[in-house]
Amino acid sequence: MTSRGLFSKSMLGFGFVFLYVPILSMIFYSFNNSRLVTVWDSANSPTLKWYARLFDDSQVLSAAWLSIQVAAMTATGAVILGTLAGLVLSRFGPFKGRAFLQGLTTAPLVMPEVITGLSMLLLFVTLEQLLNAAFGWQFDRGVMTITIAHITFTMAYVTVVVQSRLASFDDSLEEAALDLGARPARVFFRITVPLILPAILSGWLLAFTLSWDDLVVTQFVSGPGSNTLPMVIFSRVRLGVSPVVNALATIMVLIVALGVILSAILMRRQEQRRKREEQMAASG
Amino acid sequence: MKLATARMSRAAPGRLGPVWTFLFRYGPPRWTEYVLRNWSGQRLVIAVPYLWLLVFFLVPFLIVLKISFAEFSPLGRPPYEPVFQWLEEGALQIKLLIGSYVYLFNEPLYVSSWIYSVKVALISTLLCLCLGYPMAYAIARATPTYRNVFLMLVILPFWTSFLLRVYAWIGLLKTDGVINNFLLWLGIIDEPMSMLYTSFAVYIGIVYSYLPFMILPLYSNLEKHDNTLLEAASDLGAGPIKSFMRITLPLSFPGIVAGSLLVFIPAVGEYVIPSLLGRTDQLMVAKLLSDEFFLNRDWPKASAVAIAMLMLLVVPIMIFQHFQNKELQANRR
Repeated sequence: MTSRGLFSKSMLGFGFVFLYVPILSMIFYSFNNSRLVTVWDSANSPTLKWYARLFDDSQVLSAAWLSIQVAAMTATGAVILGTLAGLVLSRFGPFKGRAFLQGLTTAPLVMPEVITGLSMLLLFVTLEQLLNAAFGWQFDRGVMTITIAHITFTMAYVTVVVQSRLASFDDSLEEAALDLGARPARVFFRITVPLILPAILSGWLLAFTLSWDDLVVTQFVSGPGSNTLPMVIFSRVRLGVSPVVNALATIMVLIVALGVILSAILMRRQEQRRKREEQMAASG
Repeated sequence: MKLATARMSRAAPGRLGPVWTFLFRYGPPRWTEYVLRNWSGQRLVIAVPYLWLLVFFLVPFLIVLKISFAEFSPLGRPPYEPVFQWLEEGALQIKLLIGSYVYLFNEPLYVSSWIYSVKVALISTLLCLCLGYPMAYAIARATPTYRNVFLMLVILPFWTSFLLRVYAWIGLLKTDGVINNFLLWLGIIDEPMSMLYTSFAVYIGIVYSYLPFMILPLYSNLEKHDNTLLEAASDLGAGPIKSFMRITLPLSFPGIVAGSLLVFIPAVGEYVIPSLLGRTDQLMVAKLLSDEFFLNRDWPKASAVAIAMLMLLVVPIMIFQHFQNKELQANRR
C-alpha cells in the first residue's frame, strides 16, 4: 500500500514540475536582456526592456483589442445559445430529434479544429455567393465570421456545463412556480437562471478563454486585415523564440493567476457565509 | 429597400427562384403569424439552438462533402459543377468525382502522413495515460483540502493560452535552450542534443497540452471508488499490486477510455504543436490539409482530407459520445 502511495505521489510531483517549469522558465527569461532569450545575459539582466517594446508594439496591441472584442461577443452569444441548448436537453423531456441535438452539441467538443475551420470557411464562401446572387449583398470575412465560428464551437462547452448543472438538481422548484401560476418565461428568469448562474458564469469565462486562444479556426475564417492575437503570436514564434512574446505571455499568465486566486477567495468566502448561515439556522 | 426588391425580382429566375415565389405568396406577415400561432414557446426555444447548429455545424459538413467530390479548378473558388443535375430527359444525374480520394490513398506523401499522425497520437496518448493515471490516483487519495489545491493546479494551465504553452517548449528544447544548457552545466552531456523539430518534441507538446483532459475524467472515476473493496481484498490476502490489477484498474476502465479518447481524437488532427515543435520533413494530416488549402488552393483535395479524417475519427467519437451520455445519465440519477 505504502509503496504504491509513494509511486503515485512522486508521479504527482513530477507531473506538477512538468506542468509548471515551462511556464516559469518563460516568465523568467522575459526579464533577460539578450535577444536569444534562453542565453542569460547576466551583465544587463534583469531588465524590463521587452515589456517596454511590447507596449510600443501597435500590431500586438491592436490584435489584442480585436481578440478581446471577438472573445466578449463570442462568450455572450455562446452563453445564450448554450444555456438554451442545455435547458432543452435536460428539461424538455423526450422530443423528436432530441438525440440528434445531443449529438450536434457534443460533436464540436471532439472535432479536430482544422475540420471545423475548413467547413466554416466553405459555408461562408457559399453564403457569400448565394447572398450576392440573390440580393447583390457583399460581406467581407472578418470579425463577424470569426465570431460566428467561435460561437459554434464554444457553445458546446457551455451546453455541457449548464446541462450537468441542471442535472444536479431536480425541477421541483420550477414545477412549484409553474403550479403557482408563473408563466414559463418568468420561471426561467426568476428560478432557473439564478440556480444555474455559477454554470453560466463559468461557461462565459470558458467560452471567452477558448475564443481568445483559438488559432486554427480563426486562420480559416478571418479575412485580410483582421488578425487576432494568436495569429500575430503564431506568425512571430513560427521561426523560433521572441522575447516580446515572453513578456506578453508573462502578463497573460499573471492575469489568469490573479483571476483564479480571486475567484478561489470569493468562493471560500461564500462557503464560509453559507456555513455561518447554516449554523445560525440550526441554533435559532 | 426598393433597390433590394428590384434586385430580388431580377434574381428570381435564378437558383433561388422557387424560394422567392414561396416567400412572396406567403409573405412575411402570413408565415410569422403561422409560426406564432402554431409553435408554442417551447418549440421556439428548441428551434433556436437547433437551427444554429444545423446551419453552422451540419450544413458546412455537407458543403465539405460536396466539394470533396468536385474537380480541382486552379482559381480555387467555387462554383464547382453541381453534384446533382437534372438532365433534359428529366433524369437525375449524380456526378461524383472520386479523384481526390484516390489521390489521398495512393500518393506516398499522404499515406505516410496518415500513418505518422496515428502513430504520434497513439504514442502521446499512451504517455499521457502513464503520467496522468498515477497523478489522478494520487489526487483522488489525497485529503479534501489538498485535493482541491491539486485539482486547481491541474486546471490552471488550461486557462492560460494553449499557443503560449506550446511556445514555452521551444525555449526549453532548442539547441541553446534551457534543458541543453542545464545538462551541459551539470556535465551529463558534452554537446547539446537536438530535441526541437523531432517527433519527441511533438509527444512532449501533446502530453503537456492535453494532460488535464486525461487527468480529469480519470480523477472523477477514481474518486468514486469504494475503499471497502480494497480493504476486503487485503483482508483476504491480496497484495497491493494484485488488488490494484484486479479491482482498481478494471473499475477505472470507463475513465481510461474517456481520457484516452479526449487526448487521441484531437491529437490526430493536431496542427499547432507539430507546426511549432515537429519535424519539417514529415507532416501530420492537419498540416497537409491546411497546406493543400492555403498553398495549393486545392479545395477538393483539402475537403477530401477533412472527410477522410472524419471517417478515421468517427468510431472513437461515437465511443466517446456513448460514454459521455452514460456519464450524464449517471449524474442525473
